[in-house]
Amino acid sequence: MTQQLLKIRGLKIEGKSDEVWTPIVNGIDLDLQKGEVLGLIGESGAGKSTVGLAAMGFTRDGCRISGGTVDFDGVDLVAASAAVKRNMLGKRIAYVAQSAAASFNPAHRLIDQHTEAPTQHKIRAKAESALDGMELYRRLRLPDPDNIGFRYPHQVSGGQLQRAMTAMAMSCRPDLIVFDEPTTALDVTTQIEVLAAIRDIVEQFDTAAIYITHDLAVVAQMADRIKVLLRGDEVEEAETRAMLAAPREDYTKSLWAVRSFQRPAKPAISAGSTPIVSLKNVSAAYGKSPVLFDVAFDIHAGRTVAVVGESGSGKSTTARCITGLLPPSEGYIEFNGEALPLDYRKRSKDQLRQVQMIYQMADTALNPRSSIGDIIGRPVQFYSGLTGSAKRKRVEELLAQIELEPGQYIDRLPSELSGGQKQRIGIARALAAEPQFVICDEVTSALDQLVAEGILKLLAQLQDDLGLSYMFITHDLATVRAISDEVVVMKDGKVVEQGPKAEMFQPPHHPYTDLLLSSVPEMDPDWLTNLLNGRGVDNIGDAAVGKM
Amino acid sequence: MSWLMNLVVILSVTALVAWAFRFAGQKLTHNKPFFRDMPFAVAFGYVAGLLVLIAAVSYYFRPVAVNGVPSAGVIFFRWAVQGFIGFAIAAYLFRLFGRSVGTAGTRKLFRAMPLTAAFGVLIILLYALVSIFAGSIAPYGQEEILANANIVPGGNPLMGGDPNFPLGTDQIGRDIYSRLIYGAQNTVGIAFATTCLAFFVGGSLGFLAAIVGGWLDQILSRAVDVLMAIPALIFALLLMTIASVWSNQLGIDRTIFMILIIAMIDSTRVYRLARAVGQNIVVMDYIEAAKLRGEGMGYLIFKEILPNATAPLLAEFGLRFCFVFLTIASLSFLGVGIQPPLADWGTMVKDLSQFINFAAFAPNVATAPLLAAGAIALLTVAVNFVVDWMLHKSSGLKD
Amino acid sequence: MGSIFQIILQRLALGILTLLIVSIVIFVAVNALPGDFAQAILGQGATDEAVAQIRADLGLDQNYFMRYFFWLGNVLTGDLGISFAQMNFASNMGGDQLVGVVEQIAPRFKATMFLAGVTAMFAVPISITLGVLAALYRNSIFDRAVNVTTLSSISSPEFFVAYTLILVLAVLNPIFPSLSNVYEGMAWGEKLNRTMLPALTLTLVVTAHMMRMTRAAIINLLASPYIEMARLKGINPMRVIVRHALPNALAPIINVIALNLAYLITGVVVVEVVFVYPGIGQLFVDSVKIRDIPVVQACCLIFAAAYILLNLMADILSILSNPRLRHPK
Repeated sequence: MTQQLLKIRGLKIEGKSDEVWTPIVNGIDLDLQKGEVLGLIGESGAGKSTVGLAAMGFTRDGCRISGGTVDFDGVDLVAASAAVKRNMLGKRIAYVAQSAAASFNPAHRLIDQHTEAPTQHKIRAKAESALDGMELYRRLRLPDPDNIGFRYPHQVSGGQLQRAMTAMAMSCRPDLIVFDEPTTALDVTTQIEVLAAIRDIVEQFDTAAIYITHDLAVVAQMADRIKVLLRGDEVEEAETRAMLAAPREDYTKSLWAVRSFQRPAKPAISAGSTPIVSLKNVSAAYGKSPVLFDVAFDIHAGRTVAVVGESGSGKSTTARCITGLLPPSEGYIEFNGEALPLDYRKRSKDQLRQVQMIYQMADTALNPRSSIGDIIGRPVQFYSGLTGSAKRKRVEELLAQIELEPGQYIDRLPSELSGGQKQRIGIARALAAEPQFVICDEVTSALDQLVAEGILKLLAQLQDDLGLSYMFITHDLATVRAISDEVVVMKDGKVVEQGPKAEMFQPPHHPYTDLLLSSVPEMDPDWLTNLLNGRGVDNIGDAAVGKM
Repeated sequence: MSWLMNLVVILSVTALVAWAFRFAGQKLTHNKPFFRDMPFAVAFGYVAGLLVLIAAVSYYFRPVAVNGVPSAGVIFFRWAVQGFIGFAIAAYLFRLFGRSVGTAGTRKLFRAMPLTAAFGVLIILLYALVSIFAGSIAPYGQEEILANANIVPGGNPLMGGDPNFPLGTDQIGRDIYSRLIYGAQNTVGIAFATTCLAFFVGGSLGFLAAIVGGWLDQILSRAVDVLMAIPALIFALLLMTIASVWSNQLGIDRTIFMILIIAMIDSTRVYRLARAVGQNIVVMDYIEAAKLRGEGMGYLIFKEILPNATAPLLAEFGLRFCFVFLTIASLSFLGVGIQPPLADWGTMVKDLSQFINFAAFAPNVATAPLLAAGAIALLTVAVNFVVDWMLHKSSGLKD
Repeated sequence: MGSIFQIILQRLALGILTLLIVSIVIFVAVNALPGDFAQAILGQGATDEAVAQIRADLGLDQNYFMRYFFWLGNVLTGDLGISFAQMNFASNMGGDQLVGVVEQIAPRFKATMFLAGVTAMFAVPISITLGVLAALYRNSIFDRAVNVTTLSSISSPEFFVAYTLILVLAVLNPIFPSLSNVYEGMAWGEKLNRTMLPALTLTLVVTAHMMRMTRAAIINLLASPYIEMARLKGINPMRVIVRHALPNALAPIINVIALNLAYLITGVVVVEVVFVYPGIGQLFVDSVKIRDIPVVQACCLIFAAAYILLNLMADILSILSNPRLRHPK
């Protein structure tokens, strides 16, 4: 007999910005039964975190609950006094934050922070709860569970810390745990371990959970039911399999459709054609520490090479070598068959013009004090010498090319634009130089799925129209599948595997590529289970990755 | 020991009233969160604040003179309160004025301004006006020695005053009111010039170090570290010693040396800030994009970096001005700064300081040195209020 | 623990190096005097012996490098020279009881340390308490009132605060004496009584600085995610502050205290002059006015050394209290 654990009705939350209260959440209903896992999904700004915290009766500074009720097992957390709420928090409802490194106190050991809540709520004595903690660490498959608790947070890796935080949330055996984007900041290969651990422990203790994320494939693995939020409103709610198979609302459908963007395959590269950019055995170092080892690959005209790898693999460093910001210690780079000077300061204006870069964070890529017209106009003026009305006309052309209304945007400042629009301006700025080769450094990584899809489509269109060649740096395999012609896989500064896209996504692979590909969650609720069964449960853990 | 007993009694009574206040509040408002979650300390604070207010009001309305002897304490307290209220009202009216008159930009600025910042802006404008038009406002010259010395402020002939000299004259016979006005021109003017010089030198070097980096950055930063290892006032005094000897030798006014010395010492602080701000900006991707384009140093500095540095630089200018202003005033107070016969507030405080001792029975007399010192404090407070507001606005902290 | 040891040693070495370079700077500054400065300083009353004595004492007949090491050697062995005023006085009045600068400074230094000690005793606990309270009750009336008061206090020149206090506490209500002529051998109670006003003045100024910095540091700390996490575990507020906030607040607060004690060095000068307190600050100012170079040099060196030492301590203490450095990976 399932009992209702959480009943939220008409929840309204307001946030204060610039002395004015604006609504963030506009009346949401939520039901959760004991032992059930609800996935809360939406893009950034949808209000998921705010709702998750409100389910605990908690609001951050600058937010307040302006209406509705949050009934947790008979207690209305909105009207309750601070003392009543404090009694609930940690004991019956627990929270797992996004960044474990920031949520652990750097001054205390892990086990001491673990035993704090049970001791405070008088559930267990300190020694007993320490032993219980070690048992939880064992269940969560942390290495050396009896001793890892005696370490300090900064001595433990990200994936392990996230599991330790899950253990800490479990310490009082709460009825409900709110997971707030727990794997978003982790590498794809680390994510698997944490997802598996969370799912297992929630099942073992029959804990209800609210799992907040923006990644559809992840929520499909973890949740029994999914609720979709958009800008503070509820869009749709259904059981996982039902929603994946047949989403009802348009917005939900559009979220699902993102991963299906594909381009028609291009003809194979003709043998003997000169690649537009060719890296010839490039090795580089920052001061004394080497970062790139013998990197060699080619990019041919009109094609996209995706350079994929996890953080620290050397993808961005390779880009810096190509642009000349980091002169290689060995090897050289050819452009259209001619060797480029290693240092950008020694290159001619024309050489600099041919290689352009688009950055990941649009906030730091555009000068906040320059108007859009100036940002795009400057390269136009610098390279082609146009001024006055001729320059303005060219800028308007470029704005039209990136699908922004020229009259509306040309005099605006970057702060007035959204993330996706700013990224388009970055593209226009690169186009203004009329280059042949563009490096896209994680250009969609910071964007929501729908917006990212728009950017990818635009880039594909521009490649077809203008014959541009791209080096597309990313860590997201779905993007690689969508946009690339050739793929280069990097790890720890070396090229691990490279080849045409079709070949790369089929076995046989280099073991690392295999690990990478298989770690990307699919939209199938059984994907995680199948993967774990396939790998054999014991293979999960840092040891597996370390062997590669 | 009776005052200890008094203190214990007062504290206990306050605690009792605080508890009662919170209890009554909870009962009467049916446990509204304000009263429900109020910690005892906060309740105590409210009640204690109320008691202080009552005590202040009752002190204000005590008689001004008892049997012909003026109660100096009450007089000074009244002046302080009247001054405070007067300034608050002036600031409020000024802000109201600014909110309704002016361009769209200035009106928006005034709408967002807290009262303290409005007060600050008002004072800065007043001081600026006085220092620029000092010659036209002051009734007498700053060095003009008039026949009557030691006239008491207040303009009451019965007390020793003279209506011609509303603030009296000093022991040499110069009009204090005029010297105060000229003091604005001298002290503020010199401080402003020095700050500009420090800013120019420190700012350019700081930006240069941030952009070029490498050995230039290392050398400059080490040099600045060493110069900053000696406390500013001490270093200034040391260098002024040397300068005073040179000044006699070369016949150059000591004030010029002082300007150069303080500018040099202060430029180290500006260097640190400009370098930090510059470094923050230089790592931005848009700077890298401009560099990769092949842009030259001039374009980078003036078109890309400087426009993004104005907010912190402006705030720093205000802070530096306060520091320079106070240092010059202190040096002059110590007798090593601005030299006579130039009228200067710091020197005036030094010269008139013994009058404070007469405050008990002739409050008017003590005003002169306090006015001079107060003039210094007022400007610094005003600038600090404005800078505080600017920093709060630009940081956007949910503070 | 090895790396933290290394870091501390590095800092110490850097501190000593800085002190050395500062001594060079002071030396160079002094030697920037025009050649016949001895004559200029001693003025009318200069006797030939006094001038010759000065030249010999400062090693003016040797080249710069030799002069510097000569001077440095003297400093390290505790000989700071003889004040000009003394020399002139002695050679004019006869007698060879020359009092060295060290003997002049020592009692003054002790007096200033006493003043600084009393000030620190009041200022540190008050400002930390006020700072923590203001951070906890952010944006309340209490916080705003304290903010305005402290801002006004740090904006006022020390002599303004000093004279206002004299007005209120010495002239209008004779609680304390307005002149602090303290001397060796004075009874403790009386000494404290005469030191109260200058200490109170310094306290007002230093507390304001310290309180604002503490408040900023604590507010910054309280915004940390681990504080939110502790609250979300249902830990009571007092324990959150004591167990979670304070251990991490140690480093920034110690930094604040040390920096402000360093600031105290500058403030002490003006305050000693106003109250005629016989400390090293007043000696410094008097020597500057009569251009008594050896005394000026010596005082400068002592002030700089104290300043560098305090900054060094701040640096080392904040390294020691950083948990990441104490327990490396």
